[in-house]
Amino acid sequence: MTDILMPALSPTMEEGTLSKWLVKAGDTVSAGDVIAEIETDKATMEVEAVDEGQIEEILIEAGTEGVKVNTPIARLAGGDNAAKAPAKADAPAAQPAVVADKPTETTPEAPAKPELRDPEFPEGTPMVKITVRDALRDAMAEEMRRDEKVFLMGEEVAQYQGAYKVSRGLLEEFGDRRVIDTPITEMGFAGVGAGAAMAGLKPIIEFMTFNFAMQAIDHILNSSAKTLYMSGGQIKSSIVYRGPNGAAARVGAQHSQDYSAWYANVPGLKVVAPYDAADAKGLLKAAIRDPNPVVFLEHEMMYGLEFEIPDVEDFVLPIGKAKIQREGKDVTIVAHSRMVGFALKAADQLAAEGIDAEVVNLRTLRPLDTDTVIASVKKTNRLVTVEEGWGPCGVGAEIAARVTADAFDDLDAPPARVHQEDVPMPYAANLEALTVPSVEKIIAAVKQVSYK
Amino acid sequence: MARAAKASDGTQGSNSTPSVNRNTSKDDLLKYYREMLLIRRFEERAGQLYGMGLIGGFCHLYIGQEAVAVGMEAASIDGDQVITGYRDHGHMLAAGMDPKEVMAELTGRIGGSSKGKGGSMHMFDIETGFFGGHGIVGAQVSLGTGLAFADFYKQNGNVSYTYFGDGAANQGQVYESFNMAKLWKLPVVYVIENNEYAMGTSLARASATTELYMRGASFGIPGEQVDGMDVFAVYEAGLRASEHARSGNGPYILEMKTYRYRGHSMSDPAKYRTKEEVDDVKKNRDPIDHIKTMIEQAGVTEDELKVIDNEIKAIVLEAVEFAQTSPEPDPSELYTDVYLEA
Repeated sequence: MTDILMPALSPTMEEGTLSKWLVKAGDTVSAGDVIAEIETDKATMEVEAVDEGQIEEILIEAGTEGVKVNTPIARLAGGDNAAKAPAKADAPAAQPAVVADKPTETTPEAPAKPELRDPEFPEGTPMVKITVRDALRDAMAEEMRRDEKVFLMGEEVAQYQGAYKVSRGLLEEFGDRRVIDTPITEMGFAGVGAGAAMAGLKPIIEFMTFNFAMQAIDHILNSSAKTLYMSGGQIKSSIVYRGPNGAAARVGAQHSQDYSAWYANVPGLKVVAPYDAADAKGLLKAAIRDPNPVVFLEHEMMYGLEFEIPDVEDFVLPIGKAKIQREGKDVTIVAHSRMVGFALKAADQLAAEGIDAEVVNLRTLRPLDTDTVIASVKKTNRLVTVEEGWGPCGVGAEIAARVTADAFDDLDAPPARVHQEDVPMPYAANLEALTVPSVEKIIAAVKQVSYK
Repeated sequence: MARAAKASDGTQGSNSTPSVNRNTSKDDLLKYYREMLLIRRFEERAGQLYGMGLIGGFCHLYIGQEAVAVGMEAASIDGDQVITGYRDHGHMLAAGMDPKEVMAELTGRIGGSSKGKGGSMHMFDIETGFFGGHGIVGAQVSLGTGLAFADFYKQNGNVSYTYFGDGAANQGQVYESFNMAKLWKLPVVYVIENNEYAMGTSLARASATTELYMRGASFGIPGEQVDGMDVFAVYEAGLRASEHARSGNGPYILEMKTYRYRGHSMSDPAKYRTKEEVDDVKKNRDPIDHIKTMIEQAGVTEDELKVIDNEIKAIVLEAVEFAQTSPEPDPSELYTDVYLEA
């Protein structure tokens, strides 16, 4: 007898909806038979039987939502060779779930305590819950309705609805003139986008991940960032280069890198790294409207998370302004993108130990809102920076340098940096957990600068 | 002497005929002569200013290749775009940019077309549709394809003339661009200026196949090899290519067989070719001598030509004067043009 388990259909899937059974108790199945359909936030996928045998019992009814990966969903009365393997999903990246291998503390996505009201939201603004993924989609759709010159181009953005389903529904609404599937040709389509921007269009260039944008970085820097200057102000490049950046889960060194510091180094670019759904929507709309080239660094692990955003007609956030995500008086933790959630979780745990941490969500890396960071440090006198990228010459290094230069006398301790260990991303689950920033590492750094 | 590449979709460029005996109006002849001579005299002076230390960094002269830029320009219409690599002075002059602004950019002065912040390889002019001036070999091919994408998106009937050399023809993004241009039928004419040397490496030493007009064959892009030293052959091939691209058939490749008389840049000792080879081209294939012969056959007198020569000389000297008297950019310009106000 073998349990058929809820499969993980992508590297980041933690749960899904068992939408449909294609077999019932008593049916005989062979390896490869499609037995069920599972819906994740990204897609509907078929589940195949791995073993031969007779379905003895359906354990999870069709239509059940939120079924955790590795939950037994059916029982198979098997033949001799029935192994204790989960059903294999017909997914390119199907892997056994890995999330359970890690201590849950290392992968927080939402703070336990309610956050501060965003000063950008007027008092009494009605709020609505939305995933980061849909917030990004809505931002693009609203701007495409607003401006005919805006179009979306990239791999799988149209018919496939986005490799991470960010562009879901856009092809239907805007057609294939404005939502364009490209060949796998990053340097080429980044250059086409850069050229179209020079001619006055407003391209949104989606990279399936920023790892692949390395093939195209010449156009981002040499063709987009520098052109206004090289032309003495004649040629503007209103273009957004966007896609997921940073570490996903268990995808190894070439698919897990944070490029924040790389782009934030370059004059002529604006670099935005949203944390939650409000950041994602408000800042992407601002990025599309901006007359300058914007690198917009999203995070795959955040796409499926829900947050509240203001339910207003045209929600735009300013580029270049950080947000105090949590007020505190004892230490300033500066973070961006997914690390803001880690910092908030660390702050919650530190509160229980009597340390009141302030969390600054940078939102934008270039121009960097040094004023907000320094004002916070002047209040707390201690600084911890958190980023997914490597430490040397990183975002934290830049912030520490600016704070020591401009608020040296306000510091009661040398700044501490939390970042990825100085190695390529390992694949093994335990090594991966060791190399990335964690709540524990943030707490340790806070205690270090607090001499506790 | 044009040869046509058979494309897999059956389209094919037609052969151009030698231009020597063609009936051409005197006005056309003089116009082309004037434009080509302007480029040559301008570049000679630029070389001189470089030697005097007034132009810094890299300076790639267009001498010998004048017929390409001038002939193609004549085949274009208002609103069409031009984009090229670092050997760009000739294209800018052919596009109609002010020689004073181009020369002052070379000397790094505020009166330069990029206020002195771009230099030889980075000049632009929206008004004449000149989109640079790009220093990364091959990058302009993707960018030029993007200009064509914008034409296609706007349905404005314009064409992007995207120039690159025999050296850039081996860059990967050229083929990424060919693929998309043909896939989406973008109005782009790829003009390969084959001057036989990529810096110091001859075409034969760098390319597995040297018939560059065939390079689009696997994408179904028609191509033609054209005598790039004959401005009329260039013009006629340019018309065919433009018509193809403008009427919705997608990209077209023109391989211009041309030659640069000077080194790759000013600091090139040119040990990779013989003096005899260069002299032979100058003597037997020079594009300006070629049109001069035609002009004489058309009955233009020596005195009439002299008038043009003097006019061009005056224009270039005025540019040289401007490039030396226009001040350097004010230090406050250092931080302008980095970002536009959002």
